[in-house]
Amino acid sequence: MLYREAGQFKTSYRSDQAIFPIVQDRWFMWGLIAFGFLVLPLFANQYLYTEVLIPVLILSLAAIGLNILTGYCGQLSLGTGGFMAVGAYASYNLLLRLPDTNLIVVFLFGGLMAMLVGVLFGIPSLRIKGFYLAVATLASQFFLEWVFARVKWFTNYAPSGSVAVANLDLFGFPIQTPQQKYLFVLAVVVVLGFAAKNLVRGRIGRMWMAMRDMDIAAEIIGIRPLHAKLSAFAVSSFYIGVAGALWAFLRLGSWEPLAFDINRSFQILFMVIIGGLGSILGSFLGAAFIVLIPIFLNQAPGLLGVPLSTAMISHLEFMIFGVMIVFFLIVEPHGFARLWAIAKEKLRLWPFPY
Amino acid sequence: MRAPAASDIAAGEVLLSLENVSLSFGGVRAIRDVSFDIKKGEVRAIIGPNGAGKTSMLNVINGFYQPQQGRITFKGRTRSTMRPYDAARGGIARTFQNVALFKGMSALDNIMAGRTLRMRRGLLWQLLRVGPALKEEIEHRERVEEIIDFLEIQAIRKVLVARLPYGLQKRVELGRALAMEPDLLLLDEPMAGMNLEEKEDMSRFIVDVNEHYGTTIALIEHDMGVVMDLSDRVVVLDHGVKIADATPDEVKRDQNVIDAYLGVAH
Repeated sequence: MLYREAGQFKTSYRSDQAIFPIVQDRWFMWGLIAFGFLVLPLFANQYLYTEVLIPVLILSLAAIGLNILTGYCGQLSLGTGGFMAVGAYASYNLLLRLPDTNLIVVFLFGGLMAMLVGVLFGIPSLRIKGFYLAVATLASQFFLEWVFARVKWFTNYAPSGSVAVANLDLFGFPIQTPQQKYLFVLAVVVVLGFAAKNLVRGRIGRMWMAMRDMDIAAEIIGIRPLHAKLSAFAVSSFYIGVAGALWAFLRLGSWEPLAFDINRSFQILFMVIIGGLGSILGSFLGAAFIVLIPIFLNQAPGLLGVPLSTAMISHLEFMIFGVMIVFFLIVEPHGFARLWAIAKEKLRLWPFPY
Repeated sequence: MRAPAASDIAAGEVLLSLENVSLSFGGVRAIRDVSFDIKKGEVRAIIGPNGAGKTSMLNVINGFYQPQQGRITFKGRTRSTMRPYDAARGGIARTFQNVALFKGMSALDNIMAGRTLRMRRGLLWQLLRVGPALKEEIEHRERVEEIIDFLEIQAIRKVLVARLPYGLQKRVELGRALAMEPDLLLLDEPMAGMNLEEKEDMSRFIVDVNEHYGTTIALIEHDMGVVMDLSDRVVVLDHGVKIADATPDEVKRDQNVIDAYLGVAH
């Protein structure tokens, strides 16, 4: 009854093309952002910040990045972890060598470096498609992991191979406690999330989707495959690079290349598949699901009074992930985002049958 | 919809000419030494039995295939090799025999995609979607809405094209081509698989596009009634060879054409 667009007449193309054309959605979104910035900090504890909120937000950003490339432009990539590592190590090195750099510049630099590397590894996509491209990006994943593990300059010749950042601040405001980190990450994710949504609704987003759906027809209407694919690689890698830098700086604090191994790539890919290919909302839902399921599985047996060993829990986690992914691929390839869209359709009619 | 971008060629002059074009795939000679021209403002039909090389001809015109021999002159410029996006940039739009729409996008987005070449604002403006970027998006939306009105597909503008029936998909595809405001519109069997009513609608759209916007049209069609009624001049191909090039009435009486369609006793 509440979710009804009756009476909301669009009188201009501007309002028809608004980011949230339905009033309820708009209010919900503003409410959610206000809740994130104002209400959550009132009661959240350290565990909630470091284990739930910060990981969900940062990995959502990485998932948006991969979704732009795979979901919107149709180029399958298994190199997400590698591109995150580029962002993390580029930011680390900039801060190491120019310690006074503003934190925003540091993260932008991480994103831009990842963008360069992403475009470089995206060049094969002009020739190869599908599985073959997946293998090529897999090679980039292994190559980048190797570079950061073996080329000591990137890790500042640290004997253990592990690097760390501490005492971060932005314009003099410290970003050290979990709450400060969370607010910073939230701000970055809100800005980049809206930017991504704008991008995919405009000319460039249509260009990517055209390339994904029918590359021959895309060329016929004047879209150059070179522009479409490499711009998708560039924007996608930028997002992933920023996410990698945030993950290293604000989630981990100290890290080694293993933090960005192939498992990270698969984790982000699962988020995109479960959340919904070709949906910004889906990126958030997928990230939330993948981060929350292990936590839920850890807590649930205790709450239900069923004691399970940690080994059992981690086995269960794998099994449930596997089942979920197969389930989604078969039943709803568009993931949570499509389920949400269907729910919205139903809500518009509820409680009437039609 | 605005009149197509003005080119310096007046109506009735040659817009596109093909001279001695030959195309072969390995040993198969799809097109053999074919020459013809398309004049600005006319409806030019290309007909012939199955396998005559009609679609190959369109593919040569808009750069999918590079002919081994021959010269192609479009708007006074002769070209050797060209990619499809160069053709699009030059003002050639086309539809496909099997609908080639972007299945994961709405009808509106499909037609908006047709305006990609005419939109200018770069990545950073698009990220912000304010000021000039928003203004541009809305201006193009207005143009697209005019096309939607013209093709009478207002009701389906927000529907994913994959869910549309075939006849409407064909219409959306025509809309996407029109959104490019082309000088030359290539239609590959626009009526294939349509019932009589849909054919009548589509014919009406083709005539309107040609007469109101002055768009030059080259079309391939198997329905002879449609071809004879719509076109100003007809090229007949058979086994990759041009066997006739004349007005519809003359082609109907041409003995070579009758033989090609009906076969001859050996």
